[in-house]
Amino acid sequence: MATTTVPPSPPKKVNRIGLEVTDYKGNKSTLCAGCGHNAISERIIEAFYELGVEPHRVAKLSGIGCSSKSPAYFLRSSHGFNAVHGRMPSVATGTILANRQLMAIGVSGDGDSASIGIGQFVHLMRRNLPVIYIIEDNGCYGLTKGQFSATADIGSKLKTGVVNDLPPIDTCALAIQLGATYVGRSFSGDKRQLLALLEGAIGHKGTVMLDVISPCVTFNDHEGSTKSYSYVKDHDEPLADVSFIPFFEDLAVDYDPGSTTEITLHDGSHLLLKKIGKEYDPTHKTEALRVLTEAHDKGEIVTGLFYVDPQRPNFIDQLNMVDEPLATLPESKVRPPKEALDEVMQSLM
Amino acid sequence: MATTQVDPKEAEAPAGQRRIVNDLSIQVATVNGSGSNTANLVLLRAIFQMGIPVSGKNLFPSNIAGLPTWFTIRASKFGYIARRKDSEFMVAMNPETAEEDVLGLKPGASCVYDERLNLKRLRDDLVFYPVPFDQLVAPVCPDARLRKLVRNMIYDGVLAKLLGIDMQEIRVALGKQFKKKAKAADLNFAAAQVGYEYAEKNLPKVDPYYLERLDLTRGKILIEGNAACALGAMFAGVTVVTWYPITPSSSLCETLIEFMKKYRVDKQTGKATFAIVQAEDELAALGMAMGAGWAGARSMTSTSGPGISLMAEFVGLGYYAEIPAVIFDVQRVGPSTGLPTRTAQGDILSTAILSHGDTKHLMLFPNSMSECFTMAGEAFDLAEQFQTPVFVMSDLDLGMNTWMSDAFPYPTKPLERGKVLSAEDLDRLGHFERYRDVDGDAVGYRTLPGTNHPAAAYFTRGSGHNARAIYSERPNDYVDNMDRLARKFETARQHVPGPQIQEAAKPDFGILAYGTTDWAVRESLDQLKQEYGLEAAYCRVRAYPFTQAVKDFIQRQRRVYVVEQNRDAQLCGLLRLELGAEDVQKLHSVLHYDGLPIDARSVTDAIASQEKN
Repeated sequence: MATTTVPPSPPKKVNRIGLEVTDYKGNKSTLCAGCGHNAISERIIEAFYELGVEPHRVAKLSGIGCSSKSPAYFLRSSHGFNAVHGRMPSVATGTILANRQLMAIGVSGDGDSASIGIGQFVHLMRRNLPVIYIIEDNGCYGLTKGQFSATADIGSKLKTGVVNDLPPIDTCALAIQLGATYVGRSFSGDKRQLLALLEGAIGHKGTVMLDVISPCVTFNDHEGSTKSYSYVKDHDEPLADVSFIPFFEDLAVDYDPGSTTEITLHDGSHLLLKKIGKEYDPTHKTEALRVLTEAHDKGEIVTGLFYVDPQRPNFIDQLNMVDEPLATLPESKVRPPKEALDEVMQSLM
Repeated sequence: MATTQVDPKEAEAPAGQRRIVNDLSIQVATVNGSGSNTANLVLLRAIFQMGIPVSGKNLFPSNIAGLPTWFTIRASKFGYIARRKDSEFMVAMNPETAEEDVLGLKPGASCVYDERLNLKRLRDDLVFYPVPFDQLVAPVCPDARLRKLVRNMIYDGVLAKLLGIDMQEIRVALGKQFKKKAKAADLNFAAAQVGYEYAEKNLPKVDPYYLERLDLTRGKILIEGNAACALGAMFAGVTVVTWYPITPSSSLCETLIEFMKKYRVDKQTGKATFAIVQAEDELAALGMAMGAGWAGARSMTSTSGPGISLMAEFVGLGYYAEIPAVIFDVQRVGPSTGLPTRTAQGDILSTAILSHGDTKHLMLFPNSMSECFTMAGEAFDLAEQFQTPVFVMSDLDLGMNTWMSDAFPYPTKPLERGKVLSAEDLDRLGHFERYRDVDGDAVGYRTLPGTNHPAAAYFTRGSGHNARAIYSERPNDYVDNMDRLARKFETARQHVPGPQIQEAAKPDFGILAYGTTDWAVRESLDQLKQEYGLEAAYCRVRAYPFTQAVKDFIQRQRRVYVVEQNRDAQLCGLLRLELGAEDVQKLHSVLHYDGLPIDARSVTDAIASQEKN
């Protein structure tokens, strides 16, 4: 923001709720220098800061692995829960059931979600639970020293020379097919796209599934890996140029409706998807699945927002619960009166 | 031998004149899926309505339809409700098992059977009552498709005539059973009536068994343990229920759903004060309950042994990260799949220390419908008070059988929500440390996600942490934390329900039991006294960890028989871990693990024979 007068000591930059960006930071990362996960944490900090989300309203959840450590490195004023390997989805589900007013962000990895946790992953997707689910995807198990994960591409090579000969699980295709309502893929090195997708995610009320390719500098950044910085940069094919306009700003941008798709999110924010190559409609499931399949066959990594449905009721809507958090309902609301017990007893006599 | 051969003890009384009143077991052998459950429950309820103490045990296969099933109804003026080994009356409806069923009867027993089966040829020391079921059912049930279901009601009528059950009570029981479906009740009553009339005309009474009105069930209810647990949970204010279907626990959450829909939906807004989710498996069921418990909800799941195995990893997390949740374990038989529809107390030892590393968990052992109800409530209080998973160790016998009970008292104790700091508390305190033992009871304070205070947030993890909930691999931090968890368990020992003790003036020995084993032991205490002149003090353990009163009881006795329904003396093993060498010597086990509910005769025989040696 430009100011005309220069104050004696410049005021610190704050967001719309008066917090500084440092209020959204976490502890110092213990991940490797250059790890893609750290870049993702930075974008998360930026997105929550930019949108002025109150940190106490956020719950951070994760499973086990390098990726799952990262919730300690952002939003220090939010409650965090580093749970069990592959089981973040169930913990996130329970958390939101207990307190529907929380905004849940779950961070997982490709091993955590696509292997040990695939069962919980697919069921979370089909419930369309309101959660931002991020897979920090590096195609390998970092903490156990670099074994392949289930998102590794056929032909991708380990440092040891071992070649992967099984097809990868495309977590985006799965998520779209099963019912997630905001699905995209990005690259930890693409600051602009990732930030826009994350900001859009904050405005969405349903399952957001973002697969973010996030190279492992220690075990999977070499020649022959399909999840290295250089490979992803060379093969990244963005579907559209994504930009985000928050609900508290005017949608005063001029855009050409012929080349740009506008998406209105649940909170009134907007995503603008400007055409880069071919026409792409992110509200068509089958179209999304076709694009993913074709890109896969061509060895391309498509990125961007693949699918969005701001209308489908989410899991919490379907449960028809009271508006206040179940966790803190007073006794008078959760213990039925004596007449209720008497009535039941009478029916059993 | 005459067909009216009777029990030798009563042989001097002339047959036909002797009357044995309100003390018999009826076993009904049918085919699973033939609608016999209705006929059996109506019979049970009719006897109950006559004021006679009654219990029902359903012995059923793991199968939808076609396999044999047995239902035992015991009526006892003494109030004994444990399973009896022998039955005085058999209703043989299943051609597959009829021969074996009849050959297994004790001499003098009576057998009502489908005439076509021609069972009379098998024994000459029984009383046989043949009934032409197919002939009788056709005129009352013109719809051939329904005949299979309705024909079982005929034996209710036959037994009503033979034993003296008031047909009016059968009608009332049918009304209860079918609720608003009056047509179905009428059709079934017509079938019962036909049976009654047939017996009246064709089956002269030769057995000595009678049922006569008593006044011992006034104000009592009939209910299954799973429903009692569900009610307990609802009145304990449960808000998040996450579960995965498994026999024999499914009906716990299914019943709960029905109750919650009726009593926990806000009348004005039509909105639920709860969330119930059927999870994808037991891992997720407990994971959801953990997430909800962490976020401050009263959360629960229900399962059985195989589910407990799957839940082990989350139980370890709950213990170590200190997260409340209530787990109902409706125990069934065996390792692996085992016998899914049979009962046992087989998960005691594994649940006590479920999950890897050093863990120990709180367990409650309900023995009755009343305790299913009250302990459900206590479990939620303990879970939140001690910020840890709490297990309610029910079993199939308790959970799925119909039991007589006093009506449940309305809970008056306010919910114990444990140490949770609000934003106002944090204003006052300035800061908090999640795992710091501030009060000397080893229980830390927690905050809930969503608490609007800059000092509220902390990071929960299943990895090593210090008192401030910061990641730590320091040896001292690990030891301090584990020692505090051990102290917390000791604090819990002071708060779990103590044993129920029945002293004896001059006990020859003590008996210790828990859960459903209680009913067989109570009856066995009388048998030991009447038949052997042996007097025993009795301790019914109601929780783990064991309270001091349990240890004191053992110390007072010369010998203690620990009676339980598993092969490996699991609770006895837990006792051994805690007792001094002298007291360990006193422990002897009586074990029952064939899948059938334990009976008094087995307990009495086992103890009497050990006492002789």
